[in-house]
Amino acid sequence: MPLFLTEEQSMLRESARQFVGETAPVAHLRKLRDTNDATGFSRDLWKRFAEMGFTAILIPEAEGGLGLGHVEAGVVLEQIGRNLTPSPFLATAVGGVTALRGAGAALRQAWLPRIAAGEAVVSLAIDEGAKHRPEQVALRAERSGNGFRLSGAKRFVAHGHVADLLIVAARTAGAPGETAGITLFAVPAAAAGLRADPERLADASLAARLTLDGVVVDADAVIGEVDHGWQPLAALLSAGRAGAAAEMLGVGGGAMDMTIGYLRERKQFGVPIGSFQALQHRAAHLYAEMEVARAAVLKAQQALDGGDAGAERAVLVAKAMTALAATLAVQEGVQMHGGIGMTDEYDIGFYMKRARTLAELFGDANWAADRLARMSGY
Amino acid sequence: MSDLETFRAETRAWLEANCPASMRSPVQGEDDIVWGGRKQQLSPDQRAWLDAMASRGWTVPDWPTEYGGGGLSAAEAKILREEMAKLRCRVPLQSFGISMLGPALLRYGNEAQKRRFLPEIARGEIRWCQGYSEPNAGSDLAGLQTWAEDAGDHFIVNGQKVWTSYADKADWIFCLVRTSRESKQGGISFLLFDMESPGVSTKPILLISGYSPFCETFFDNVKVPKDQLVHEVNKGWDVAKYLLGHEREMISGMGLGGGGLGSGGTAALAEEAKQAVGTDAEGRIADPLLRAQLALFEVRERAFRAMSERFVDELKAGKAHPAQPSMMKYYGTELNKARYELVMAAGGADALEWESEASRGGARARAWLRTKANSIEGGTSEIQLNIVAKHILQLPS
Repeated sequence: MPLFLTEEQSMLRESARQFVGETAPVAHLRKLRDTNDATGFSRDLWKRFAEMGFTAILIPEAEGGLGLGHVEAGVVLEQIGRNLTPSPFLATAVGGVTALRGAGAALRQAWLPRIAAGEAVVSLAIDEGAKHRPEQVALRAERSGNGFRLSGAKRFVAHGHVADLLIVAARTAGAPGETAGITLFAVPAAAAGLRADPERLADASLAARLTLDGVVVDADAVIGEVDHGWQPLAALLSAGRAGAAAEMLGVGGGAMDMTIGYLRERKQFGVPIGSFQALQHRAAHLYAEMEVARAAVLKAQQALDGGDAGAERAVLVAKAMTALAATLAVQEGVQMHGGIGMTDEYDIGFYMKRARTLAELFGDANWAADRLARMSGY
Repeated sequence: MSDLETFRAETRAWLEANCPASMRSPVQGEDDIVWGGRKQQLSPDQRAWLDAMASRGWTVPDWPTEYGGGGLSAAEAKILREEMAKLRCRVPLQSFGISMLGPALLRYGNEAQKRRFLPEIARGEIRWCQGYSEPNAGSDLAGLQTWAEDAGDHFIVNGQKVWTSYADKADWIFCLVRTSRESKQGGISFLLFDMESPGVSTKPILLISGYSPFCETFFDNVKVPKDQLVHEVNKGWDVAKYLLGHEREMISGMGLGGGGLGSGGTAALAEEAKQAVGTDAEGRIADPLLRAQLALFEVRERAFRAMSERFVDELKAGKAHPAQPSMMKYYGTELNKARYELVMAAGGADALEWESEASRGGARARAWLRTKANSIEGGTSEIQLNIVAKHILQLPS
């Protein structure tokens, strides 16, 4: 398969570009932040995402979805990134759907149609510490009657305070640091003993700190096998990382384009500052980094969709590379804008904050590079 | 099975049957690279592999069959590359004829020139060198002064070229000459001639690596028949630019190790580092900072590998930006320089040995120094960034 978008994917890209650009430009994020919106995103917009079919992209056709892949989900995520659109799309339609696809019929039937309809938000409760260490799961799940009792805490759970369903990584055996003994659960947000406290992050998004105090779920809530949750968790995380990488392509690309536009227009010493070679070379270098990142992302998405053996590696490369490139894009963006780039009134700062959040989500560049090195045997 | 699946199966079977075992190991040094031409002595296996591939036109898979190519579609050519990679088959022939002159002739050569020169390139019979840079025309290439005087049915060429790669090993040269002084770019013509023509002489230039891959080349009243002019008189800059795009693509491939010492990828580098600094309890490189550098390099290397695949796919589909080779050349060469800094860091004192047998004559140190030319030859990194800024980012001049 050639490493560029097919006709159909290009058409989807065009409709996503128009739709997201018109309905949720950066001004939409600014408004939600300025009004201190408690939800963190627009539920009305989420319904419209569903009407466009976006929420059903990764849901199999047999279950009422579009049966498309990570390339298509990434096409939508890139536009979300370019517009900094607050949306539960990544957590719900990518991470949540990937997790549920590994679940039993009851969970799938209960949740996939509601996700497709834009009626449900799914959040991912993985991290417990400040840094992403997915094998460091300490939250306990103990057998209780026909099911389990979950106790512990999670953090950095995007949209966790408004989610309808939480995918929770818990420990049923072994010790933190071990991949064996982890079990993945689908926990309804209404469950007794579950508390979600939203925290406003630097990028104005809301991520919850979760506390589970003896939350009881039945055996049907288990995704995959008890003690063998690492497998569905890894699948969820690979999908999430590829998605975060695609969103970062949009964030980095949006910041870069805004900056290139500024270089063409802003005059000092009587000439556009973009005529200065010192800035031209930095802009051209940034373009190269973003192009390489774009290729890495498409490679990872195609590998996931094709079920390639090298998919996990390709995803790690994409996550790390986009984090490096998007970080450069937003840093150069603020610097090249000069003083105006430091003002809250101007949008470039929002790009910097969003890039930082996405770089951290599901593992930063150092984490991904370390994981890659381990896989390569060094 | 679809046609492409059939093609893949047949290709694999043919490669299995025809690629000698010794041609399925990584390239160890210069001698393992087949450039072809009248002067290079090939081993029996190198010869057999080259002839087998040339018989199918697979030294140049996507050239038309009437000019010695394989006539493969973009998809078929990609399958051939993939199957060769799976079996670790070496490239049977690499040359400036294939990567630079051939594409330029296909685009700008007349029918007689294509039939005369392309098949012998495909079979590796003639090795070409490139006469572009001059002592006073480097980054400002169009300032070149080598003069070709119109003498009726031929030109008389006088002047000097520099940084002529392997001029002393080449059989023919493709050469930029000045045929008019009235216009800078519009006074340049593109000539082909035999390096054994009377009046051509070469002198190798000793580089910091201790090797002499480049020469000075002198032309003293060299007679060049007019049927060896490509495209029209004073239109040579069009050919030159087109060819430079292909040169940059070729050089950008170095970011992937280019079949040279670094072709084992980051894993091979990591093994060297383990031997030099040892391993920790978990089998990781004991020097955590070196390990971190390698890991972050591996991210960029793998990402650039995807970029190269994407670039070739877009090129074949006519979707690549015309200035994209400049981005590729810039990124690939800078990556290759970074790779060899890591080769030296991983190897420590072993990698510094310059002459010993254990170091294979200082192979690592010399290759490391050689890479420093990557971001100079074929247009410096700074020139590539200028091109990207102007033609892709449309920044004002």
